Amino acid sequence: MQHTLNFLLVGVGGQGTILASEVLVNVGLAAGYQAKQAELHGMSQRGGSVVSHVRWGQVIYSPLIGAGEVDVYLAFEKAEALRYLWQLRRGALAVINLHAIEPVTVTSGGQPYPTDERLRAAVAQVTDRAVYVDAAAIAAGLGNIRTENVVLLGALSALMEREEMIGSELLPDEWVVQITARVPGRFAEVNRRAFEAGRAVVIAAS
Amino acid sequence: MIRILSGNEAVARGAWEAGVAVASAYPGTPSTEIIEEFARYPGVYAEWAPNEKVAVDVAIGAAYAGRRAFASMKHVGLNVAADAFMYASMTGTETGLVIVTADDPGMHSSQNEQDNRTFARFARVPCLEPSDSQEAKEMMIAAFALSEQFDTPVLFRMTTRICHSSSAVVLGERVEPPARVTRFPRNPAKYVMVPGNARPRHPLIEQRQEAIAGFAETCRFNRVEARGRELGIIASGVAYQYAREVFPRASLLKLGMTWPLPAQLIRDFAASVERLIVIEELDPFIEEAVRLLDVPVEGKSIFPRVGELDPRTVRECAIAAGLLPETARAPTLDVDVGPLPGRPPMLCPGCPHRAAFYVLGKLKVPVLGDIGCYSLGFAPPLNAMHTLGCMGAGIAVAHGAAKAGNPEHHVAVIGDSTFFHTGLPALVNVVYNQSPVITIIMDNRVTGMTGHQENPGTGRTLQGKAAPIIEFEPLVRALGVEHVKTVDAYDAAEIERTLKEFMRLDQPAVLITRAPCALLPEVRLRWRPLTINAEVCNGCGLCFRLGCPAILKSDVLDTRYRRPKALIDATLCTGCAVCAAICPRGAVLDVMPAA
Repeated sequence: MQHTLNFLLVGVGGQGTILASEVLVNVGLAAGYQAKQAELHGMSQRGGSVVSHVRWGQVIYSPLIGAGEVDVYLAFEKAEALRYLWQLRRGALAVINLHAIEPVTVTSGGQPYPTDERLRAAVAQVTDRAVYVDAAAIAAGLGNIRTENVVLLGALSALMEREEMIGSELLPDEWVVQITARVPGRFAEVNRRAFEAGRAVVIAAS
Repeated sequence: MIRILSGNEAVARGAWEAGVAVASAYPGTPSTEIIEEFARYPGVYAEWAPNEKVAVDVAIGAAYAGRRAFASMKHVGLNVAADAFMYASMTGTETGLVIVTADDPGMHSSQNEQDNRTFARFARVPCLEPSDSQEAKEMMIAAFALSEQFDTPVLFRMTTRICHSSSAVVLGERVEPPARVTRFPRNPAKYVMVPGNARPRHPLIEQRQEAIAGFAETCRFNRVEARGRELGIIASGVAYQYAREVFPRASLLKLGMTWPLPAQLIRDFAASVERLIVIEELDPFIEEAVRLLDVPVEGKSIFPRVGELDPRTVRECAIAAGLLPETARAPTLDVDVGPLPGRPPMLCPGCPHRAAFYVLGKLKVPVLGDIGCYSLGFAPPLNAMHTLGCMGAGIAVAHGAAKAGNPEHHVAVIGDSTFFHTGLPALVNVVYNQSPVITIIMDNRVTGMTGHQENPGTGRTLQGKAAPIIEFEPLVRALGVEHVKTVDAYDAAEIERTLKEFMRLDQPAVLITRAPCALLPEVRLRWRPLTINAEVCNGCGLCFRLGCPAILKSDVLDTRYRRPKALIDATLCTGCAVCAAICPRGAVLDVMPAA
């Protein structure tokens, strides 16, 4: 692994962004790194955007990532994916969820919601290492829409392996351990399947 | 054992390991999780107090009685608790007392960004400021020892970034401190602060401060990290992490105790470097104290005194001041993403506060607001709140406006928990001094904004015990309010009728709008999405004025008026039916069979 890895997670309140970042910081710790996480909540329950920073490295000081220093981007929602794109390093890894949650400024305020074409064009300006996942549909197919976040984590783990950002020090099982430790026992199995389904999206595209 | 803990969880862990027996708090972002987490540990008592002043008095009482105690609150909570905090400094306690303040640089969820380190200087008490979770735990344990060594409360200053950042913490065991007190102290010279007793206490607390300043010289949380001579940085809290990140070659004086300051340590450090700067969030608190030592220093001439710091800001300011070369900047991408729709916080779909705000907007009265979810009533399209200052302010502001002779009817809007917090004395004033203020207590049966905490109206305590429910209607009647009515919070028509009736009176009146928060688990079970009959809807747009996130503008236009019809998002709609009640054409349908 390189000296440090900076993950930026963005989404909308209620999508499980915070749980995903808790998993990620603990996966980092389990893989032997110093790991820190910083999140913003408060008004987020009321449908606002949620941002979480996760950092892995030999030594980590700031819990916040500096501008232009994001190595890995995990975007849970399309408009939010565009909103924080400027913080990425050129060539960063990106997992982008094709899920639109239209804010009231769109639904009753008349502002336009960005098209998929605009999203893909903007991402292409920044990196060619992006994968798009329809995690909500996959999670719904598994019978539990709330596993959307775990589908995305699965995709992320496979993408990081494919791009050799992580190696044999971190096996997929370690992610599953951290995920199942954070969900009620009766949901462990569906989360396991969600993680695998997310991995399959990346593996199939490779 | 190592675990990833948030700063708040680490403070709770430290308190538990330090043998704390009693804790009291009022919820407030970013502090709320401290006591929620502490309350889960075995062998402790933890409670929600109705406000921060009560919480601090409770902690003081426990520390007088010989048990270690803390109170935690957000920064503005210490304003409410200041009276108690100040006398605790005068009296000291028998055992350790720590007051945790969680400041909010950047105002992520607050009305101001006051720097509470000033309270430590004001009260002559030591201030500890951790830089990460491990330090938060260690400092919390040390804070109790410090409190007992110098017979002083300790101010423990967190900030949003430390509260809500997580990092590894080495867990330890709980160590019960040896019993120091066998019976409640009878020591009026120390604990009865009448002027005759208080006067001799004042020189003692000034001497205490000097003694603590001496301790600060060797305190393990104040340390020099010697690197280059060219630049020396004094930093505390999260700013220390940014200093390490941005200036890897500079020497650092890391201050974990930021009041009182170690004068000799600072002088020696200053002498060891060519240029001395302070990096601190908000006020030039350390910088000014260093300057009073006649030590040349820069700080706020380089870094902002407004808002939260972050690595980018620190780096940019350092480059502008010539502390770093232009090449130190990481290139940021200039990426064209086009216009993006804003995502403002809103009252949730099905929120029981919405109907009352809709009616208030319609009545065009001045609405004097308060702090909670219902603060969002100010936002468009409801636009139904005209002032909001601090907890409990609305009722008294309305009274003042009425007494100033403003002929309109003033309506104060306050939540259930906020009413218990500081609304109650303001309503006493309305009754005592008689003003025709209409108070709406929006009773959603929980403390909502901070994430569903129990309060004196919910029937449960923080630690899950059953509690008596303090009902609003008998309470306000007992205060002497004659005109009191409790209505279903979703019944817009009844709210309107009642307010109009109250507006014909020239007396205090209280309307209680009651319905549990739509996000409570037991309420979620009753969600039953509605639908719009597109044949009937003619796009009049009245329902859009509710600002409900579940009501969308359809792509289908009404053929006659060419305006978009309404559409309900079934994944968001809770079935509160406020839109159905106000729809002039009866276009909102209840399609799902009743459960």
